[in-house]
Amino acid sequence: MSALQIKKGSTKHSAYNLRPNFSDVEERHTLAVIVDNEAGVLARVIGLFSGRGYNIESLTVAEIDHAGHLSRITIVTTGTPQVIEQIKAQLGRIVPVHEVHDLTVEGASVERELALFKVEGTGDKRVEALRLADIFRANVVDSTLSSFVFEITGAPEKIDAFAELMRPLGLLEVARTGVAALSRGGAA
Amino acid sequence: MVVQALKDQGVDVVFGYPGGAVLPIYDEIFQQNEIQHILVRHEQGAVHAAEGYARATGKPGVVLVTSGPGATNAVTGLTDALMDSIPIVVLTGQVPTFMIGNDAFQEADTVGITRPCTKHNWLVKDTEKLSATLHEAFHVATAGRPGPVLVDIPKDVQFASGTYQAPQKGGSRRYQPQVKGDLEAITELVAALETAKRPIFYTGGGVINSGPGASQLLRELVEATGFPITSTLMGLGAYPASGTHWLGMLGMHGLYEANMAMHGCDLMINIGARFDDRITGRVDAFSPNSKKVHIDIDPSSINKVIRVDIPIVGDVAHVLEDMLKIWKARGRKTNKEGLAKWWSQINEWRKVDCLKFEQKGKVIKPQYALKRLEELTKGHDRYICTEVGQHQMWAAQYLNFEDPNRWMTSGGLGTMGYGFPASIGVQMAHPDALVINVAGEASWLMNMQEMGTAMQFNLPVKQFILNNERLGMVRQWQELLHGERYSHSWSESLPDFVKLAEAFGCKGILCKDADDLDDAIMEMINYDGPVIFDCLVEKHENCFPMIPSGEPHNKMLLGEASTKDAIGSKGAVMV
Ligand SMILES: Cc1ncc(C[n+]2csc(CCOP(=O)(O)OP(=O)(O)O)c2C)c(N)n1
Ligand SMILES: [Mg+2]
Repeated sequence: MSALQIKKGSTKHSAYNLRPNFSDVEERHTLAVIVDNEAGVLARVIGLFSGRGYNIESLTVAEIDHAGHLSRITIVTTGTPQVIEQIKAQLGRIVPVHEVHDLTVEGASVERELALFKVEGTGDKRVEALRLADIFRANVVDSTLSSFVFEITGAPEKIDAFAELMRPLGLLEVARTGVAALSRGGAA
Repeated sequence: MVVQALKDQGVDVVFGYPGGAVLPIYDEIFQQNEIQHILVRHEQGAVHAAEGYARATGKPGVVLVTSGPGATNAVTGLTDALMDSIPIVVLTGQVPTFMIGNDAFQEADTVGITRPCTKHNWLVKDTEKLSATLHEAFHVATAGRPGPVLVDIPKDVQFASGTYQAPQKGGSRRYQPQVKGDLEAITELVAALETAKRPIFYTGGGVINSGPGASQLLRELVEATGFPITSTLMGLGAYPASGTHWLGMLGMHGLYEANMAMHGCDLMINIGARFDDRITGRVDAFSPNSKKVHIDIDPSSINKVIRVDIPIVGDVAHVLEDMLKIWKARGRKTNKEGLAKWWSQINEWRKVDCLKFEQKGKVIKPQYALKRLEELTKGHDRYICTEVGQHQMWAAQYLNFEDPNRWMTSGGLGTMGYGFPASIGVQMAHPDALVINVAGEASWLMNMQEMGTAMQFNLPVKQFILNNERLGMVRQWQELLHGERYSHSWSESLPDFVKLAEAFGCKGILCKDADDLDDAIMEMINYDGPVIFDCLVEKHENCFPMIPSGEPHNKMLLGEASTKDAIGSKGAVMV
C-alpha cells in the first residue's frame, strides 16, 4: 500500500498525503489555505464546506502579502481521516487556491486566538473577575464602574476555560477571532 | 475585444441568445464572419449544444447569453457539464458595474448563482483585464479535469476600450494540474498486473477527456495484456465494442458479465472513472476481494467513495504510456494460467445473455428498435446523443461504439432535455455526419423548441424517439419499488409528432409496426434534413439488467423472464 504523494513543487496545489489506512474516528485538523486575494474566494471555500456537508469549527481570513495578493485562510475542521483528506483535495481543486497545508499532520504547530470578553458586576464578583483575568494574562481594554472588557490571547482551549470562569461572574458578551496557526520551526 | 479573444482561442462557433446586456458583443459578432453564431431557442439549449460540440470534438464549446434570465437559464447546462467534466466557456452579459447590487433590470448575481456549478467563474469589472480573463477561462476549462467556466461581463466593460492581450502559451502559471503520474505507484501497478489472476480494466469518461491518444494506448494495453475491460456510461467508445476483450457497460443497468467480473475480480484498474454510485451499488459490498487501483487527474476523486490501494494522480494518456513502458521493460508478464481460468468464468457469465429479448408480433420492442438502428447505421460516420431514461440505457446497451467522442449522454446529472440540443452541437461540429438523438418522448419535449434552430441552420439531426407514452424509467421504479402505484408517470396529451414536424417544416415519420421499422429507419437516414421519428414502442417494457439501488453487483435483476437464472448463477460469483 502506498500513499498518494503529490510532491511539493510538482504543482501549485501542494502537499496532499492521501493515507490509505483510514479509521472512522473523527479528528480535529487545522488547515492553512493560501489563496489569491480576489473577490469571491472566501465564498468558494465556505460554499465547498456547506455544499459538501463538511464542518467548520473556526475560520479566519486576512491578506498576508499585499504585493502578491495572497490571503491566508485558517480553517479548523473535524471529520474522519477520509473526510479530512477529501476536504484538502477539494480545497486544492479551487482555482485560486495555491497551497493547502494540514498543520495537524505536517509537524508541530502553534495556534492562537484572540477574544474580547465583556463582564458586568460589582463588589466581590468584579474583584474576582479582575483577579482571574490577571492569572490568564488578560488585559483590561475598557472599564466602567460596573463592567470590564478583557482582551485575551491564547490557544482556543485557554479561551474556553476563561469563558467558563467568567460566566458566573457576569459575562455579557464574547467576541472571538477564530484560530490563526503556523507550523513551528524554520521552514514555511 | 471579446470576439478577438474567441478567435485567438480557435473558436469557430458560438451558441447563444442575445439580450440587452450583451448587445455590444452581438454588435461585434455582426461585423465579422470568422465565428459563426448559432441562435438557439432557449439558453439551456445553447449550453447543451456547446456540450455536444465539446464532446464530439474535444475542443471547448462556447456559449454567449444575456444577464439575468439568460444566465439563470444556463444553470442546468453548467451543472450538467460540471458533473460530466465537459469543457465549456459561457459568457454572460451583466448590468453595468455602477448598477450592480441595485436590483437593476435583468440583474442576477450570476457569479454567485453559478459558483457551485462551474469549475471557476469570473466577474470582469475592468476592460483592461477582459482579454486576459477570457484566455484564462479557456485554459481553466480545458486543463486538468475539464469543466464549465463562466465569465460575467458588465455592459460598460463591453463598451469601454482597453488594451488587448494575446493569449500566452501554456495558459496561466497559476493553474497547472499535474499530468504525469508517480512512477513508483505506476511500477507498483505493473507489479500487481503481472500476477493478477482475475484482473479487470474499469474505464470511464476520463479516457475520452484525455484525448484520442489515451484511447489508442488503452487499446494497446488491453490487447497486449489480454485483460477484460468494462466501461462506465461516460467512457463508451474508448475501447471498441467489437473488441474481443469488451465486456460491455457496467453499473446499475450494465451487463451481467461486466458487473459479475467487477464483483469477482482480484485486481481492479480504474482508469478515469470515479466510483459513481450508479457503478458501485452498495459501497460496503463493492468488489470485496480486489486490490484497487485508481488513475485520475483529480486528486479529490481518489478515496472519495471507495478506498483504493494504489492511487495514481495524473492524466490517463500520460499514465498509460508510462505504464506500458514499464510493463514492457519488465518483460510483458501476465499470469497466463489465472487469466485463462478467469476468461472461462467470464464466458460462463456471458452465456446468461443478459440482453436477450423477444420481438414477437407487431408491437415494437424498444430493444428491437435500437438493434435495427444499430444494424442499419453501423457503417455510417455516426454520432449518437441521448436524452435520459430507459431509452438512454437501452441505447448504451444495444448500440455499439467503436470510437471515442461519438457518444454524448448526460451521465452525472441525468438531464432530460440534454440530447436534442446536444445533437445540434454535434452536427455543427460534423456537418456531414449522421447525428442521431435517441430520445424518450417526455425528455424530448423538454427542449423541442430547438427544432427551430435545427431548421434555421440546416442541421439534419435525426430525432429517434422511443415513444412509450410513459416516463418509462419513473414507471419502472414505481413498478419495482412503489407497489405499482404509477403516480404521474404517464405522458398524457402528447403532440402528434408528425404534425409537429410539419409545423417546424421538417420531416416526421411515424412507425408502429415492427415490420415497417427497417424501411422507416432507412427513410430517416436518407432524408436530407432534420427528422422527428416517432417510434411507438411497447409501453411497459422494463430495462434490465438492473442492480436495485443499495444492492451489490451480484444482486442483479435480469428481467422478468430470466430471474431464475440470476439466482442460479449467483453461486458462481464466489470464485
Ligand atoms: C430534468 C429532469 N427531470 C426529471 C428527471 C427524472 N426522470 C428520469 S427518467 C424520467 C422519465 C423519462 O421519460 P422519457 O423521456 O419518455 O424516457 P423513457 O424512460 O420513457 O425512455 C424522469 C422523469 C430527470 N432525469 N431530468
Ligand atoms: Mg417515454
